[in-house]
Amino acid sequence: MDFSIAMTGFVAIYIFMLAGFAGWVIIGHVPAILHTPLMSGSNFVHGIVVVGGIFALLNASTLQQQAIGFFAVLLGAGNAAGGYAVTDRMLAMFQVSDHRKPKVAHARAHHAKKT
Amino acid sequence: MLITTAQFAIGAVDLAAAFLFLFGLQRMSSPVTAPSGIKVAGVGMAVAVLASFLYVFSVEDAAKPFLVTNISLAVIALVVGGGIAWFAGKRVAMTAMPQMVAIYNGLGGGAAGAIAAVELFGGKYSGLTQLGVTLLGALIGAVSMSGSIIAWAKLDGVLNRPMRFKGQRELNALVLLVTIAVGGTIVFATSMRDFLDISTSGLIYGFLALSLVLGILLTLPIGGADMPVVISIYNAFTGLAVGLEGFVLQNPALMIAGMVVGAAGMLLTLLMAQAMNRSIANVLFSNFGEVSAQKQGAIKGELKPTAAGDAGIAMRYASKVIIIPGYGLAVAQGQQKLYEFVKLLQAGGVNVKFAIHPVAGRMPGQMDVLLAEAGVPYDMIFQLEDINADFATTDVALVIGANDVVNPAARTDRSSPIFGMPILDADKAKQVYVVKRGEGKGYAGIVNSLFYGDNCNMVYGDAQAVLIKMIEAVRGLGLPAAA
Repeated sequence: MDFSIAMTGFVAIYIFMLAGFAGWVIIGHVPAILHTPLMSGSNFVHGIVVVGGIFALLNASTLQQQAIGFFAVLLGAGNAAGGYAVTDRMLAMFQVSDHRKPKVAHARAHHAKKT
Repeated sequence: MLITTAQFAIGAVDLAAAFLFLFGLQRMSSPVTAPSGIKVAGVGMAVAVLASFLYVFSVEDAAKPFLVTNISLAVIALVVGGGIAWFAGKRVAMTAMPQMVAIYNGLGGGAAGAIAAVELFGGKYSGLTQLGVTLLGALIGAVSMSGSIIAWAKLDGVLNRPMRFKGQRELNALVLLVTIAVGGTIVFATSMRDFLDISTSGLIYGFLALSLVLGILLTLPIGGADMPVVISIYNAFTGLAVGLEGFVLQNPALMIAGMVVGAAGMLLTLLMAQAMNRSIANVLFSNFGEVSAQKQGAIKGELKPTAAGDAGIAMRYASKVIIIPGYGLAVAQGQQKLYEFVKLLQAGGVNVKFAIHPVAGRMPGQMDVLLAEAGVPYDMIFQLEDINADFATTDVALVIGANDVVNPAARTDRSSPIFGMPILDADKAKQVYVVKRGEGKGYAGIVNSLFYGDNCNMVYGDAQAVLIKMIEAVRGLGLPAAA
């Protein structure tokens, strides 16, 4: 069985169209209160570019390609790791009032004890 | 056999990663599920990165002698790049978040540009369509990288004034045209390579350098207040560049993730521009902030200062208070004290809500994050469209470190640069207190008629110092907390 993927012409355009539509619809539902974590979260998602960087670096066959490939992985890894770190930190801060969600209030009390 | 197995594993893992990204982003649409959303997306990223090392089984023949070196380089780059960014991200102050997002975004754009450069120098694209897409991805990625760095410098205050000169737009258009022409030459030279022996190496360097210069030139004239929109656009750009490079590398996970972010970034940019009642073109090319030094309509009334303690006590005796925080609050690091004051009011039975304007802070939603950091529960925080009707029945509106977003001129004064921008109707409250450092103007440089209204008093001083005085005054009353 052949598991290689070939995306040419219309297949690629279909993928782009559907993905673009999915992004538009998903983000359209996000409330304004989450816009900053969302922007940094989507910023994290394009950190997947690091995978492309690894591919390019592994296939590098000249010093020039190695240098640029190394640069690509370095930057891509920074994008992914940094984007995750800040988004996770921000989202952990969002809490509801104590009386509505006792479970969250408990978690916060626990956190307060630690600090 | 090994190659097929590796190929299958990479395909399956990337498929899972693409699903986890979409699922994670979808979970981010509510504050309740959002923290798990980023973790889901994080798992997708981790497995995709690990699986990408399976490419070692299918490297090109030319690269085989370098395999060990290349694997080591990849691991070092992952650890160093990821490690530095991780620690920076864990330590950065929440007020500096927009700069940090700008940097991370620039890194992603640079990575996409660098991948394109490897493909271009190595001639690894198959066919002219792929070459064209590679070049487009390189252009967008490079613009995003250098533009994001300028945006960072502006947000961080390294560059504190827009750089504008005569003929700037013409120069930018010229640079763009030359860049496209160089790209076209590369395509042409490549299509002719069977007949002519032209080295495209120099052209590729030129193309990449011009793209970087273009990103700098485009971003320099835009004012600091508009940087959130700019970051959002560059975020979309990086997504697009990643998607295009994904096509070149025939990697559907990159294509999907990149395009999802590209579309999401465009939507977010549009929403932001809407919140300021301006078009994206207006943000990018209008040199906003220069026109506002124009004549101001005569404003009746005068500024009426009052003591912080008096304002605090008045709020304690009110039944309904809405607080409008702005970036000035964050600059004064007053969020913690503000919430302490709010808890004091709540203990006295006062109904307190926060009203957040969509463009409060230096990026949309940043004020929400800063309040969340201080411990304010998000169900006390209301967005403009949900709370504006409440001001008419509110006893006190406390404006703290915000200015343009409560300027009634946006509703009434056609000559005002912010006319038409949706604002928080603080002026409709029975009493308004404005906490401000001095009599200066807001970011847009416009006089605020709210401050001169009969129902408005000014409390001058640093937001944090003012809040401490308010807390002391209310405590000094010695009132029992409401049951």
